[in-house]
Parts: sequence; structure tokens; C-alpha cells
Amino acid sequence: MTSATLRHSVWILRGNPLTAVAAAGVTLFVLVAIFGPWIVPYDPVVSNVSEALQPPSAAHLAGTDQLGRDVFSRLIIAARLDLAIAVTAVGISFVIGAVVGSFCGYAGGRLDRAVGRFVDVMMAFPLFVLAMAMVAALGNRIENIVIATAIINLPFYIRFARAEVNVRRNVGWVEAARACGESHFSVVLRFLLPNILPAMAVQISLNLGWAILNAAGLSFIGLGVKPPTPEWGIMVAEGARFISTGRWWLVAFPGLALMLAVLCFNLLGDGMRDILDPRMRT
Amino acid sequence: MVRTGLGATMVRAGRRLLSSLPALFGVLVFTFLLMRVLPGDPAVFFASGPNAGKEEIEQIRRQMGLDKSVPEQLVFYLSDIGHGNLGRSMMTGQPVLKDLRERLPASLELTFTALLIALIAAVPLGVIAALRPGSIIDHGVRLFCALGVCVPTFVSGLLLIYVFYYLFGLAPDPTGRIDVFTSLPPQRTGFLSIDFLLAGDFEGWWAACRQLILPAVSMALFVIAPLARITRASMLVSLGSDFVRTARSVGLSWRKVVVTYALRNAILPVITIAGIVFSTMLGANVLVEKVFSWPGVASYALDALLSSDYAPVQGFVLLMASLFVLVNLVVDICYGIADPRVSIE
Repeated sequence: MTSATLRHSVWILRGNPLTAVAAAGVTLFVLVAIFGPWIVPYDPVVSNVSEALQPPSAAHLAGTDQLGRDVFSRLIIAARLDLAIAVTAVGISFVIGAVVGSFCGYAGGRLDRAVGRFVDVMMAFPLFVLAMAMVAALGNRIENIVIATAIINLPFYIRFARAEVNVRRNVGWVEAARACGESHFSVVLRFLLPNILPAMAVQISLNLGWAILNAAGLSFIGLGVKPPTPEWGIMVAEGARFISTGRWWLVAFPGLALMLAVLCFNLLGDGMRDILDPRMRT
Repeated sequence: MVRTGLGATMVRAGRRLLSSLPALFGVLVFTFLLMRVLPGDPAVFFASGPNAGKEEIEQIRRQMGLDKSVPEQLVFYLSDIGHGNLGRSMMTGQPVLKDLRERLPASLELTFTALLIALIAAVPLGVIAALRPGSIIDHGVRLFCALGVCVPTFVSGLLLIYVFYYLFGLAPDPTGRIDVFTSLPPQRTGFLSIDFLLAGDFEGWWAACRQLILPAVSMALFVIAPLARITRASMLVSLGSDFVRTARSVGLSWRKVVVTYALRNAILPVITIAGIVFSTMLGANVLVEKVFSWPGVASYALDALLSSDYAPVQGFVLLMASLFVLVNLVVDICYGIADPRVSIE
């Protein structure tokens, strides 16, 4: 990043304090995911039954669970897995979706309309159910949570890339590239795709939050992640048994972590959209 | 040709229904392929035990038609579905269709109640926010919407249980649709709250409603945000339009301007989003039914899934797909009723 772009970004963020806070939040989550194992006060998987089910205190900031494990340490360690699942899934669907969508939008015609119609219908389908069925069929493993989340994200990217390329396919610089003898492949990959990237970045940020929620939901119902692995969704599931006896911290803190992560990604996405296209502000 | 009225709405809805059938078929084939082509041999599951002989497994494979080619199997599967045969659940030992039919009303009652709560909360919120853009109320609604989409349904459900069951003792034990000792009303609609009313048993009705309210609210909380947001955006456009300015300038009452003219014209996008939201809720059912031990189709499919019983899962996905086509149809019809112009070509 050149210093001019950096200065411009800082100037923009100053005008959007909420976006700046969200960006800081996302950075914090990423840092926690990377350095988590070095900053946790306790081992997240070692149980200590004498200290089971203790409410939050100075020693255990978020209390302890039924096996006496420190909830705060588990939350921190879980960040890596949760973010990794969401980022990998969104990454896969972004790459495939952007390429497929761009080629469809560029080619136009009957195939493009068919893909468009199919994607529209898919987007309205209960996608969580589809993800559930996919994990069931592929096998109950973390990789398959990633694959299922990637597949249910795919329609959003195909549709988005299609629409964005469609409005650009006949503009001057595309025609100029063609006139210079660029092949169709090259026009799409080297000219159109880079041009729609900023708009796609907004989509990615908004989608990451959704992917985190989906992955957590899948592990909450017992798919993918297995105990004792720390993961926010499964922590809520394990804490659910104790909620009707008043052990709120087992559910509230992983829930809060999920909420904050999703909120930061959503606000960042909204902020980026406002910066790219102020008319879309709602 | 210009056609108006209900006939045109039906024609339009019918055409849309036809165009969504390929997608339904696609989902069907997709789930079939997922369940058949991928690793895991159903014949081994059905065999008598882990040390079943090779011949026994081969025989089961033949019985199930698994020795045929995949396209042949697909044809058999489709014809089975055509005959209403969704296979048999290993868990319950009953035909999947029977299980689903018994459990569907519970899921639908929950989902419809949640949608109703969400609409009742979201539309006024969106309208109020749009009437005073930039005010504290507007910012409050936006904050609520931003937070609402971030809290997973299963977390909000559990926290509601904590507050209303554990802290205040207002809600009943959060398991199931009704206390096991309650005498059930004769089944008419399958919706417990309505059946109790029809039977004239108000005590039972109140008990059923008390069980229903927490799961319905936790499901509604998640979808209020998109509904309120679209109501606000669409009302802003509608309130800024010429006909509203004219209506105001001729001195029509506030109520007439906002409700009759502005809201009626703003409602179309809300209906579209409501359709999408409904299908999100069908998915969210899985989570809410698990939290509240609700005996619906989603928890049935989930139990089946966790014990590798695939016929119910397939049946459930098919049911969801059909419901989803049905919802789209209803949305199209509502569209035509709310704005007759969309039916005119």
C-alpha cells in the first residue's frame, strides 16, 4: 500500500468512526486467533473438577464449565477455529463464484439466464438445511463444514459477479482490451475481475459474518466439531444443559463472542459499501 | 393482452410455480446424489450387525436396488417419491411420510407464530423509523436491527430461557409443546393452540401458548431486523413520492396518508423479504427446535442425521423444498393482491 492510499484510507475512516471501530474489532479478532495460545491464562482442554461450574470471578473471567475448564481461555482458543472455518469457506466460494459468475455475465445468452435463474432460486432455499444435509452425506468432519458453508455461499458470489460484470461487459475499456487482441479469457480474468474486486470485498465482509453464524449453528446441532475442541457453537451447545439451572455464563460468553465477531464483519462490510457507493446508504 | 384481477394473479403465480419446478427437481437430484454417490454404504447400515456376512450385505444391496447403476437408482427413487414412498426410518421403524406428517404441524405452528410476531413488530418499527429519519427512534431501530442479525437464534433462545424461566419464573419448563400430563384436544388442525380453542379448552390453550411463546420469539428476533430494515427503506421512498406530497397537501388525515397510501405502496418489497425470511426460518427451525426440545420435523431430521438414518433426512429436505415452492407461490399471490399492477403485462 502506498502512503497516499494509506492516508486516503485514514481520512475515510475518520469520517466513519463506526467503520473504524469495526475494522479495529476485526483486527483484534484476527490477532486473538493468531496469538491465542500464547495469551490464554489456562489450558483450554485440561479439566479441574474441583472448580467446576464457577461463576465469573477475577481468577476465571468468564467462569468455568462443567469440567472446571476456564471458559475465557476456551473462548480465545476457539477464535482461531471459528475464523479459520469462515475465512476458508468464504475464500473458496469467492474464488469459484467470482470466476463462474464473471464468465457467465460476460458470455450472456441462454446459459447465463439459466444460471441466473438457478442461483436466484437457490438463494431463497433454506440454505442451512442444505448445509446440514451435505455435512450428513459427506461425513461429520470439520472439512465438510467448510465445504458445506462454501457451497451455500456460492450463489451469492455467482449472482454478484454476474451482475457486476454484466454492466461492464460493453464499456469502453473492455472494448479497447478486445480491440487490442486480448482473448475473452484474458478480458475477464485480467480486466473485468480486478475491476469488480472492491465491490466483491464488501460482499466478502458481509458474508464472513453469515458464514460464522452458519458454521456455529452446524456445530451447535452436533455436526463437524467434536468436544472437547473449543469452538463457540459447541460451547453454547455444552452450556445449554445448564441454562435452566441458572449457569448463564456458559452460554452468554460464547454467544457474545459470536455476536461481536459477526457484528464487526457486518459493520465493516456496511462501512466499505458506504465508502464505495454512498448512494446505497440506508 | 391486458388481464386484471384475481385471474391474472393466478396466471402469473402459476407461471412462476412452473419456473421454480426445475429448481425443486434439482434439489431432489442433488440430495439423492449426495446420499448415494458419496462414501458410506447404506446396505451395511441395514445389515443385521457389524459382523454381517458378505452374502447378507449383497442380498440387502439387491433388495434396495443398490446393485443397479446410479441413473437407474435415481429413476426408482423418483418413482418412489411419486408414489408417496419416502422410505422407512430406522429410528422409529415407521414410514418417513407418516413421521413427517405427525410432526409437521408442530413445526408449522412455531414458524407461523414466529413470522406473525416478527411482522407485527417489524412493520411498525420500520414505519416509525421512516417517519422520523435521523431521530433517536430511527437510530434505535437501526441499532436493534444491526444487533438482531448478529445474535444466533440458539443463543437468544437460551438467554430467553434464562431470563423468563430461571430468573422470573414466567415461562414454563422449556421442553416440548405441552406438559405431558395435559389432556390433548381432539386433533383438527394439528396446531395445538387452535385445537384447544376449537375444543373450548381455554386453560389448555393458555398452556400451549405459554410453551409456544419463547421459541417463537427467539426465532422472530432473528428476522425482525431484515423486515424492519426493508420496511423503513421502502417507506422512505414511498413517503418521499409525489402522491404522498399531494395527499398531504390536500389535507388528508395523517392516518390516511401513512397507512392507506404510503404503506400500501411500500409493502411489496416487504412481502418479497417476508418470503425469503420464511425460508430462513425453516432452516432456523432446526436450531430452535433443538433448544426447546420441540417435537417438529427439524428435530426429527436432526436426530436421524446424527444416527446416520438417511431416509428421514432426505424426506425432510424434500419437504423443505416443497414448502419453499409453496411459500414462493403464496408470495406471488400476495404480490398480485397487494399491487394489481404487477399482474398486468
